[in-house]
Amino acid sequence: MLTQPDPAGFLPHARLRSLIAALRDRGYRCLGPAAENGAIVMRELDAEEDLPRGLQAEQGPGHYRLTQDPYHRYFAWANGPQAIKPLAFAPQESVWQVRRDAAGALQFEATPPAVQALAIIGVRACDLAALALQDAHFLRAGRVDAHYAARRERLFLVAVQCAEPAATCFCASTGDGPTPAAGYDLALAELSDGFVAAAGSDAGRAVLAALDLAPATTQQIEAVRQQGVAAAAAQTRRLPGRNLRDALMGRLEHPRWDAVAARCLACGNCTAVCPTCFCHAEMDVPALDGESSRHQRMWDSCFGESHGHLHGFNVRPDIRSRYRQWLTHKLATWHDQFGRSGCTGCGRCIAWCPVGIDLTEEAAAITEGAQP
Amino acid sequence: MDAQTAVKPRVAVHKFSSCDGCQLALLNLGEDLLALAARVELVHFAEAGPLDPDTEVDIAFVEGSVSTPEDLERIQQVRRHSRMLIAIGACATSGGIQALRNGADGAEWVARIYSHPEAISSLAHSTPIASHVKVDFELWGCPVSGPQMLAVVNALLLGVTPRANADKVCTECKRQGYPCVMVSRGVACMGPVTRAGCGALCPGLGRDCYGCYGPAENANTDALATQFDHLGLEPQAIVHRFQSINSQAPVFLAAADKARMGCDE
Repeated sequence: MLTQPDPAGFLPHARLRSLIAALRDRGYRCLGPAAENGAIVMRELDAEEDLPRGLQAEQGPGHYRLTQDPYHRYFAWANGPQAIKPLAFAPQESVWQVRRDAAGALQFEATPPAVQALAIIGVRACDLAALALQDAHFLRAGRVDAHYAARRERLFLVAVQCAEPAATCFCASTGDGPTPAAGYDLALAELSDGFVAAAGSDAGRAVLAALDLAPATTQQIEAVRQQGVAAAAAQTRRLPGRNLRDALMGRLEHPRWDAVAARCLACGNCTAVCPTCFCHAEMDVPALDGESSRHQRMWDSCFGESHGHLHGFNVRPDIRSRYRQWLTHKLATWHDQFGRSGCTGCGRCIAWCPVGIDLTEEAAAITEGAQP
Repeated sequence: MDAQTAVKPRVAVHKFSSCDGCQLALLNLGEDLLALAARVELVHFAEAGPLDPDTEVDIAFVEGSVSTPEDLERIQQVRRHSRMLIAIGACATSGGIQALRNGADGAEWVARIYSHPEAISSLAHSTPIASHVKVDFELWGCPVSGPQMLAVVNALLLGVTPRANADKVCTECKRQGYPCVMVSRGVACMGPVTRAGCGALCPGLGRDCYGCYGPAENANTDALATQFDHLGLEPQAIVHRFQSINSQAPVFLAAADKARMGCDE
């Protein structure tokens, strides 16, 4: 965020409310962090008072607890189970419907989503990198997903630098964090008395201009830089490399796949919380009167039965083949599809796996001894 | 099929040993039930009014388990009179809560509870409908949900096989955006081994799933029991997690038996 040509401003804590007001004035519905069911979730934000202050997210394999931040910061929690994904790629929606008209002919019509301009406050560098991958999938030239595009277009993203990575974080090893580098409209870095703020888009520049902030001092900018370096250094997990394609694809019969399959519940939680997973299932939901039908799509998972179902048989009948599909797609064949790994180091699949399977540990065990 | 002119399929709803909750799921549909009634002829549904248990039907919904000598005979009769037989709810698909007696001395329970035990006529075991007759489709849940029932009827009316969703509750839970209660609160949730269909009702209220929709496909009960142990559950508590509404579903029965071995150690 500090490599942008724009000069950074300084937003004192006391003026955080003016940022939210400026976004609301521009017609944005604001979402921000809230504590719910023991986790940080994105919820409607009416004012700065709604932001939880002084919370941290203690995370480990299969473990997430909100704890107190001794410094009483706004954004000391690393992340929650979801951030941007459900707001751009809807978990469940109708994509078209068909009706029988009076003459008995079928009439197909699109069901575009009702979209409102939406500002999300508190997205992380890993989330932005993941969004870029979702964009690459859903907005591919010649095959743009209209529903995703409509929501994506109206997002305003306020990123916040991570100062307190969780024990599950490893964005430094994937090269995606902890300081936001691109993809945001506004980026904030929290210091003890306020935020260094930088714009990353015209929309962000307009909001920043309206706030009329004093320029950030050299010391403040240096403090942000150091905070980013320290947050990267504090990360305890890492992937064994940025491109594990050949190492993983050369070990499709590694005994570790059996070991992890014995532990894996095939619940699909990792794929649901993964900010880059984009698989979905489609089905028709006929109305009860027999005169219309909705074509619905919903998040799907390679850990489910129907995901591997082809005509007459299932290509991934057991948990071993499903876990292998997930890991090799995410870390190996994603390179063929998108030119990079599908992992941005957010660590959600580790924390939100009910049995605590650690992607970094599995990847390391399976690729051990491979040529880099 | 033209809904207006076609001969309406005849539908019956039969009750066996059960609490009536699944029939209520159908009754509670409100307007949807009226829409449904316009497309089918409800010829037998004691709880709603029409009574004609022995008539020929296209679709018979069967609620309840086979738990009495009378049930044993009647289920054969229902099967003979029904073109399609759909078992609905935990009792009909796994034997239900009353199947907890299968692993105990039921006669002794009856003697202890009732002042006139001779007035009770029940079989030693409570068993699912499929143990007695051919079942064309099973709808799991305690109780089943109204939308599930409608989807089945709708599919049959359209002449297609009803969609069986054997995915885990977690898939519905995550689509609703609920944080995993096992991870954020350390409670022993049955969601990762339980069949979807309820819309993750319990995790949505911040509590753990108790498995009322029965086992999901590829339910890794060993891994879940191990995690329950890590969360601090005593072996007996792990047995109880699997020995509940669907205690006799083979996957949960085996998991409970395995956990019980831990109790003996």
